[in-house]
Amino acid sequence: MNTGDAIRLHSVRFHWNQERPILDIPALHVAAGEQVFVKGPSGSGKTTLLNLVGGILSPQVGEVSVLGRNLCAMSGAQRDRIRADHIGFIFQMFNLIPYLSVLENVLLPCHFSKARMRRIRAAGETPQTAAERLLDHLDLASDLLRVPVTELSVGQQQRVAVARALIGSPELVIADEPTSALDADRRQAFLSLLQEECQRGNTTLLFVSHDDALESGFQRHIHLQDITLAMQGGTA
Amino acid sequence: MNLFSLALKSIKNRRFSFTLTVVSIGLSVLLLLSVERLRHEARESFANTVSGTDLIVGARSGQVQLLLYSIFRIGNATNNISWESYADIRQHPDVAWTIPLSLGDSHRGFRVLGTNRDYFQYYRFGRKQRLSFAQGNVFEGVYDAVLGADVARELGYSLGQSVTLSHGTGDVSLMEHGNSPFRIVGILEKTGTPVDRAVHVRLEGIEAIHIGWEGGRPTALARIRQSALDVSALQPKSLTAVMLGLNSPMAVFRVQRFVNDYSQEPLLAALPGVALQELWDTMALAQQALMAVSLMVVLVGVTGMATAMLTSLNERRREMAVLRSVGARPLHIFALVQGEAIIVMLCSLLLGVVGMLALQGIVAPILQQEWGLYLPIRWLSASEWLLLGLAFGCGLLVGLIPAYRAYRYSLADGMTVRL
Repeated sequence: MNTGDAIRLHSVRFHWNQERPILDIPALHVAAGEQVFVKGPSGSGKTTLLNLVGGILSPQVGEVSVLGRNLCAMSGAQRDRIRADHIGFIFQMFNLIPYLSVLENVLLPCHFSKARMRRIRAAGETPQTAAERLLDHLDLASDLLRVPVTELSVGQQQRVAVARALIGSPELVIADEPTSALDADRRQAFLSLLQEECQRGNTTLLFVSHDDALESGFQRHIHLQDITLAMQGGTA
Repeated sequence: MNLFSLALKSIKNRRFSFTLTVVSIGLSVLLLLSVERLRHEARESFANTVSGTDLIVGARSGQVQLLLYSIFRIGNATNNISWESYADIRQHPDVAWTIPLSLGDSHRGFRVLGTNRDYFQYYRFGRKQRLSFAQGNVFEGVYDAVLGADVARELGYSLGQSVTLSHGTGDVSLMEHGNSPFRIVGILEKTGTPVDRAVHVRLEGIEAIHIGWEGGRPTALARIRQSALDVSALQPKSLTAVMLGLNSPMAVFRVQRFVNDYSQEPLLAALPGVALQELWDTMALAQQALMAVSLMVVLVGVTGMATAMLTSLNERRREMAVLRSVGARPLHIFALVQGEAIIVMLCSLLLGVVGMLALQGIVAPILQQEWGLYLPIRWLSASEWLLLGLAFGCGLLVGLIPAYRAYRYSLADGMTVRL
């Protein structure tokens, strides 16, 4: 077993009820530090895959390992802990808590993860300075720190979400269509920032999108319909 | 920032519905506390009316009725005690002191109480407190009067003024004992008991103004000025009631039996504590109903909170999903919503307590003036804390409903919400 893998799926099958599986993946490996573009039409089980890797769902059959730990052997609470400590998420939209400021949103994962706090301190930073550094790298001016997130543009909100996903240096970042709410000309810039930041911390990036234009920015592409044996056209 | 401050910020984001919820529960708590306090103070005020008196003796009727007319001055005696019976009782070896009471006249709506100087010596109220004088002193002459605090305050009387008594009790159009005015020689301190609302005169004074009134109306004899009357000739023929103090509390039942078995006249001796309890019990049902209604109102308020929270949960599912994605466990989501219920309840209870104290500050003087009910403003009693705890418990229990629902949502939704 290659423990250097950030993500490893082995004979994973997942289905709701007793119906045919939504996802049936014999094998999937993503190496640590790798940046992968995951593509799949809607209904191909993308969301399910992310929930499996994120430890929200557990497959009926097979093994899902994240950072060398088998999620399937863990309790829900333990999986929640893995997610809190090691995985950052960025979604399509509505990533932020509307009643918190930019800074509070970025700091949110620190409250649920001691491991992230430890890593921040190990790097000689405080959560506050770590957040400021990330936001600065993501081209968010420091005068936005105390602004309510509802006053930000969608592009700014997505970059705040990136900062939040990356705070405390998780080993894995999962981005689920993070650019689909952005203007076409902003997508490339957003992706560059995200990739740059992941590279800096040697963070594994799982980038899920159906936007072919962004595909070229990645060395490795996974087409979900190629790796899953499940029938197409089910409900994802 | 912990979960609690997250809950606070979330509430701040929905402050309008939060405020409404807090106000509605706060008002229900205010009602609950007010009812409890009123109930307690009424009982306290009741029990404090008379103390240190071992027996009350009157014509045979019910003990509650005897208590009502002799101590509370509500209603009238059906019959009197003859002076001879009174003399016999007074001479009983176990009797230490007696206070004769003669009622029947009034002054501008206030009862006139005929008694003697023992009244000021032996009457006790509250925690065995004696009557004390704000101004002046005990009556000496036949036409001297000592006013209760409320009488003097409400009618604006001061020492030395003359008052005329009316025959019978009531507010208006009574026949006046106009030719025999009384002089005010003393004004008592406030007691918070019916003493405050009485005009005290000597038994002989009562007797004197009724000379010639034997038929209930003044005869020609009554029209003469009576100040020249011989005081010793003014011994009353009957009394309304007598309060007794005994040499030993062990003698209570012996003396009670003596009075109840008195052969010359049908009499009744009542233990004030027992009679007070019985009187209080007759009102228990009404109190319990009032209490039940206010508890219901609290339940309604708390249910309103659950409704508001359940409604907000749908809008907040995305928020919960985001929290899940940054590492919150379903239990955190549960605690977040339950924490909100706790904050709502704490704010409501605080509002209820502050509101009750403020309301009491406004209403207490009116209650005292109108009904003689003394409501001291004080901090919460043990039973009031208990009610607050009960309301809090209800709130937490009902808060479990939206909290559990949020928990289920967050388990089902995970990090992605399909709405």
